[in-house]
Amino acid sequence: MPLSEFDRLLITATQGGLPLVPQPYAEIAAHLGVSSERVRERLGQMVDEGLIRRIGAVPNHYRLGFTANGMSVWDVDDAQVDRLGEQIGALPGVSHCYRRPRHPGVWNYNLFAMLHGRNRAQVEAQAEQLRDLLGAACRGHEILYSTAILKKTGLRLAKPGGTAPAES
Amino acid sequence: MLSPDELRMIDYLHGGFPLTERPYADVGAALGMDEAAVIATLERLLARGDLTRFGPLFQIERAGGLFVLAALSAPQDRFEQVTALVNALPEVAHNYRREHALNMWFVIGTESVQEAADVIDRIEASTGLKVHAFPKEREFFVELRLPLAADDCTEGSGHAVVGV
Repeated sequence: MPLSEFDRLLITATQGGLPLVPQPYAEIAAHLGVSSERVRERLGQMVDEGLIRRIGAVPNHYRLGFTANGMSVWDVDDAQVDRLGEQIGALPGVSHCYRRPRHPGVWNYNLFAMLHGRNRAQVEAQAEQLRDLLGAACRGHEILYSTAILKKTGLRLAKPGGTAPAES
Repeated sequence: MLSPDELRMIDYLHGGFPLTERPYADVGAALGMDEAAVIATLERLLARGDLTRFGPLFQIERAGGLFVLAALSAPQDRFEQVTALVNALPEVAHNYRREHALNMWFVIGTESVQEAADVIDRIEASTGLKVHAFPKEREFFVELRLPLAADDCTEGSGHAVVGV
């Protein structure tokens, strides 16, 4: 279902964050020329529809002490990857888990699982758990540690009828 | 270092921010703070970079859009230049440096598959580097609330969501 004009306006008005004023929805509504009730109602519907995953705080995990962040990548038997992926995703410590395409000759890994710890030893211990679970279905793996956040702005839709927005 | 109150607020504000006329006052009532203190704390957390954002997290897939993970190998002596070229595109939502031959990993968020392909073409043209796309074929789990306050990942009262 494509975005309606109003949804697009609402997304572009809020994707950078909610106003830090006592009546944030009224402020957004004033910008959009609608009632605060309409803004609040539509945001609530977006949550119900899953178009909004959540409304809240996005922490910088490095600043919170989680300085070891590893993208673990695994070369898993295609016949078993979906079954095993479900099990990996359910392990504590795995924040995101996806099946992704291989790039023959460049990249053999088809299962991605993000691991987070206060140090690399914690991440390595989690990776051991994954390796045990995958067993013989796994032909190899690596952990790609992040060494810098180069950008973390989140989604930025272009404004309706306009050009791409400038980065803030 | 974050104070216990700040950690508590980050944990409380994981999600479910009220859709009421005075949401910060409602949050304050739940946390035993006044509205102005809630707003001031959020301003401080954002200004210090402890929070990267506060507001709705959109799942553009639900409206036909997509997020695509992509990676490239930036030569060490051009790393900053390539970073600037990639980050200049508003469609690039996140970008991380990683220890690997593919040393730059970024996420492109667009409203259509075609737009994502166009963004990759633009990055290849501007950097002269091959971009490898890793669109998700299946999602097994997303979003973990990590323990905030404790020394160990398996303990603690508070939690925070980490994002890629």
